[in-house]
Amino acid sequence: MSEQIPQDLQYTKSHEWVRALPSGQVEVGITEHAQSALGDLVFVEVPQVDRKLALGEACAVVESVKAASDVYSPVTGRVAARNEELSEKPELLNSDPYGAGWLMRIELEGKAPALLSPGEYQQFLKESE
Amino acid sequence: MGLKTALYDIHVSAHAKIVDFGGWDMPLSYGSQIEEHHAVRRDAGLFDVSHMCVIDLTGARTREFLRRVLANDVARLTLPGRALYSCMLLPTGGVIDDLIAYFLTESWFRLVVNAGTRQKDLAWIREHAAPFGVDVRERSDLAILAVQGPTARDKTVALLSPAQRTAALDIQRFAAAVDVGSSWFIARTGYTGEDGFEIMLPATAAADTWRALVAQGARPAGLGARDTLRLEAGMNLYGNDMDETRHPLESGLAWTVAFEPEERDFIGRAALERARASGGARLVGLVLEERGVLRSHQVVSTADGAAPLGELTSGTFSPTLNRAIGLARLAPQSGARVSVDIRGSRHAARIVTPPFVRNGKPLIEIQ
Repeated sequence: MSEQIPQDLQYTKSHEWVRALPSGQVEVGITEHAQSALGDLVFVEVPQVDRKLALGEACAVVESVKAASDVYSPVTGRVAARNEELSEKPELLNSDPYGAGWLMRIELEGKAPALLSPGEYQQFLKESE
Repeated sequence: MGLKTALYDIHVSAHAKIVDFGGWDMPLSYGSQIEEHHAVRRDAGLFDVSHMCVIDLTGARTREFLRRVLANDVARLTLPGRALYSCMLLPTGGVIDDLIAYFLTESWFRLVVNAGTRQKDLAWIREHAAPFGVDVRERSDLAILAVQGPTARDKTVALLSPAQRTAALDIQRFAAAVDVGSSWFIARTGYTGEDGFEIMLPATAAADTWRALVAQGARPAGLGARDTLRLEAGMNLYGNDMDETRHPLESGLAWTVAFEPEERDFIGRAALERARASGGARLVGLVLEERGVLRSHQVVSTADGAAPLGELTSGTFSPTLNRAIGLARLAPQSGARVSVDIRGSRHAARIVTPPFVRNGKPLIEIQ
């Protein structure tokens, strides 16, 4: 099974994706691989706006019928916006993980950390199969 | 690599997500677990439950043996084909397993026990059957398909010959019909809270029958949907809601213990009579009043969070109610309003009497 990995994003080994926005903020979500492994999502908890996040901090929870899973902040910064639609429609994470299923936008503090390129993430998925 | 049912290759070619369950490689879902759940509530779902263990008991004293080894009383089974749900207990009252017993003839009863408990169940049954001269035979030559949902029976009988069809449609709820010649056994039982059949048949015929049922419109459903369906139906899962350290009276299963007639000396009786006299914990249904998902082992406390009352034994998100539900073992005299600790924060929940859903209809009011 070949998985389409968007080429314009960066990734983490814990299966978050990061999109650089024109505003300088970054948008964060979970990957196709993550949503597929979790199954039908039924509950999403995203952090409050203005919450400060440290790199690697557990900052959101995504729950499927079978399990709850933490989402880790891929950057250090402040939550600028969160996807309010997910509280009513957690299934957006399943149907459109790279689009309507985004979790939050973060105002970076300091320099962006080194993340995985699409190629590196693809390689990582292959190795962890 | 675990044990595989006769339908394993079909599951893999349908892109099922395979998980270990009691040592078996079983389908968790074939795509969307929630859609599989809804298919069972609204139309018909098809489950491979061949991992469960079928045991045939034969001999003149089979009924007498079962009246000793089961907490429910097979004396209640007076018509051939009738089924009885029961626990099998240790002398301590702890639950070895829960099972269904089918009365077929005066010298032939059939048991269906859980996959994960197969070895210890067989050992226990063999040990206690020997003095009664009862022969114990595991039927690993059989596969089991469960077709469940409002249209499940229609979809199943469409596959049968006219004579079989009449016989199958005559089967009452919680009863079965057997065709000894073909080894087919059709029971109107299940684990979903919907009408339907559980079909035991030779494993060699399982793949063709599965395909024919799918062609009739029964949707393959995995263990994930099976769990949300059984929990909505208020049915216990062995290992979660009861085990060898818990007796039926604190597991919501008092209704399955036949204390009458008093002279019937079933294994575990003395312990249960002591437990009955002293009271104790009880298993209740919970509905979460807020967003979130209930899970087993979450701690339940009084509404103000001041005093712990017990913990969840099963929890999930109910696709029918669109709300988290669960079963919890709580101290007696807890009020109707409680709270559940989910990841360190308190969430309001309400005690209800299961089932939550039956025959496609919610039985619990959601505020």
